[in-house]
Amino acid sequence: MTLPTRDDLIDLVYHEARVIDEGRFDEWLELWAADSYYWMPLDYQQEDPKNMTSLMYEDAFLRKLRVERLKGLRTFSQKPKSRCSHVLNRPSVEAFDPKAGEFVTRTAVHYVETRLDDQFLLAATVHHHFEMVEDELKIKLKRVDLLNCDAAFGNIQLFI
Amino acid sequence: MTMKYKDNPQAVADLVRPAEVHRDLYIDDEVFELEMKHLFASTWVYVGHESQVPNAGDYFATEVAAQPILLARHTDGEVYVLHNRCPHKGTKIVIDRAGNTGKFFRCPYHAWSFRTNGKLLAIPLKKGYKDTGFEQSEAGQSGLPPVGAVKNYRGFIFVRMKQEGISFEDFFGGSLSSLDNMIDRSPVGKLEVAGPPLRYMHSCNWKMLVDNQTDTCHPMVAHESSAGTAVEIWESLEKDENTKTPMAMEVIAPFMSPYEFFEDMGIRTWPNGHGHTGVHHSIHSDYSAIPGYLEMMAEAYGEERAKAILGENRHNTVYFPNIMIKGPIQQLRVFIPLAANKTLVESYIFRLVGAPDMLLERTAMYNRLINAPTSIVGHDDLEMYERAQEGLHCQELEWVNVQRLYEEGEDLDLEAVENGTTERQMRNQFHAWKKFTVESMEAEARDLADA
Ligand code: FES
Ligand SMILES: [Fe+2]
Repeated sequence: MTLPTRDDLIDLVYHEARVIDEGRFDEWLELWAADSYYWMPLDYQQEDPKNMTSLMYEDAFLRKLRVERLKGLRTFSQKPKSRCSHVLNRPSVEAFDPKAGEFVTRTAVHYVETRLDDQFLLAATVHHHFEMVEDELKIKLKRVDLLNCDAAFGNIQLFI
Repeated sequence: MTMKYKDNPQAVADLVRPAEVHRDLYIDDEVFELEMKHLFASTWVYVGHESQVPNAGDYFATEVAAQPILLARHTDGEVYVLHNRCPHKGTKIVIDRAGNTGKFFRCPYHAWSFRTNGKLLAIPLKKGYKDTGFEQSEAGQSGLPPVGAVKNYRGFIFVRMKQEGISFEDFFGGSLSSLDNMIDRSPVGKLEVAGPPLRYMHSCNWKMLVDNQTDTCHPMVAHESSAGTAVEIWESLEKDENTKTPMAMEVIAPFMSPYEFFEDMGIRTWPNGHGHTGVHHSIHSDYSAIPGYLEMMAEAYGEERAKAILGENRHNTVYFPNIMIKGPIQQLRVFIPLAANKTLVESYIFRLVGAPDMLLERTAMYNRLINAPTSIVGHDDLEMYERAQEGLHCQELEWVNVQRLYEEGEDLDLEAVENGTTERQMRNQFHAWKKFTVESMEAEARDLADA
């Protein structure tokens, strides 16, 4: 079995952000392991994604739904479409344990989303948990902690 | 600017016709100020749930009728609702959304302190006020002033800002059955707020949100992009007889139900602007049973009553003017008006005390899938409100139409059940809007004339 290097983890974090920024959402779906979650907590240091509200807690089905919806002819809030841009600090490797299959990175992100005349900026700390699936590194959990998770937002349409 | 509506109750009354309303109701700043001062002050407005302040000294801060308000649990166990404004120079006493203040509130500016029931406790260097007539001043007399009236209804706290006015029971009447049903779904008859609310900022008038709660002709159109796509994806997946429909599909798919489904489900209206969709069935009717729950309910209430409680599937109940609740999933949304074109929506979920956690899991899922700023369902609703908010500035057309299934001579002071696609509940809301706003304006005019 080939093992990932630390750089492989870091490269994947950058690659994922670029795929989103370029609107290649079908490719984005391929980056995930089968039983994986995109989690954006509502509360600072939230522990429980299920019995409390989160901003997002999405499995493969719900991620696919988002991506398919973005292409839809009657997706009115995406006419015109939103665009986004990620600026990433270099990810730090928080866990690297090939034996246990544990790979975790932490990345500071500035995210800008725009549509029509509106543009907003969000700052987040993102943790990626990876796993090896048939010699390929896949995302198992992506946890996005917004700096202002308790603020009132308008629509946040794409992926941070 | 000339004042068109202030001191002119007739002009305000003329904004509401039996089956249409003037666009100024949504876009005019002066109308907004009047409805905060009169409608929101004379009616019973939801503020919060007592589980948000479980212990003495607990408080939380919010806004009612565009004024800063704080709720506090006093040592006598009562919840007091006070104006969040120091009587000295106006400083807000608390600015964090919730916390515990201990035995008293202390203003951070000059340290005047107040008991948790609002009474003035102490002022540093009090002797400086000796022989100044301070006791007769507004500051010397008021402490943190309470709102006009408070009602704790089975844990749900409502206020009337005005001292005098309609009683809680007269205002809500039969509509309390929806709140009762939501609470009775706990085997011990008790709810608890679970976690912080979603906070969703809307660049539109608050009434667009309230109107939308009983608008049953939009889901299959506006939500085709999310619910319709979900159904398509689900149908395209390979399945066998063992494939379980995921909870997310159960939540989202019913939004695509056809018009007939919504026609048949019915709408009930009560006097004073309250009403609900889902008289016979609703988008919540076909959720899977949660293991063990019915047994717990039968144990607590007896089988027949338990079935009756769970058999109610009211969809959205509007308590006019500022909340909507969903009994079958224990969710409550508060519409907090900030300006004519700005509304904060807070979505709370409740734990059914004594019931299985899986119910809360579904409630939390519903909240994030449907009502979050990151929700693909909410996105299209907000898009429609914002387009309407802009479109209403069009000079060519002045009226918003709410005529569907209108009949001349409609009596909105009577409870009624109608076809589920009627706009009667919207008309009911505007009728109440006019009644309470205009009555309060006329009362003010009389008081001024008397003075
Ligand atoms: S403003 Fe509150 S004590 Fe002075
Ligand atoms: Fe909707």
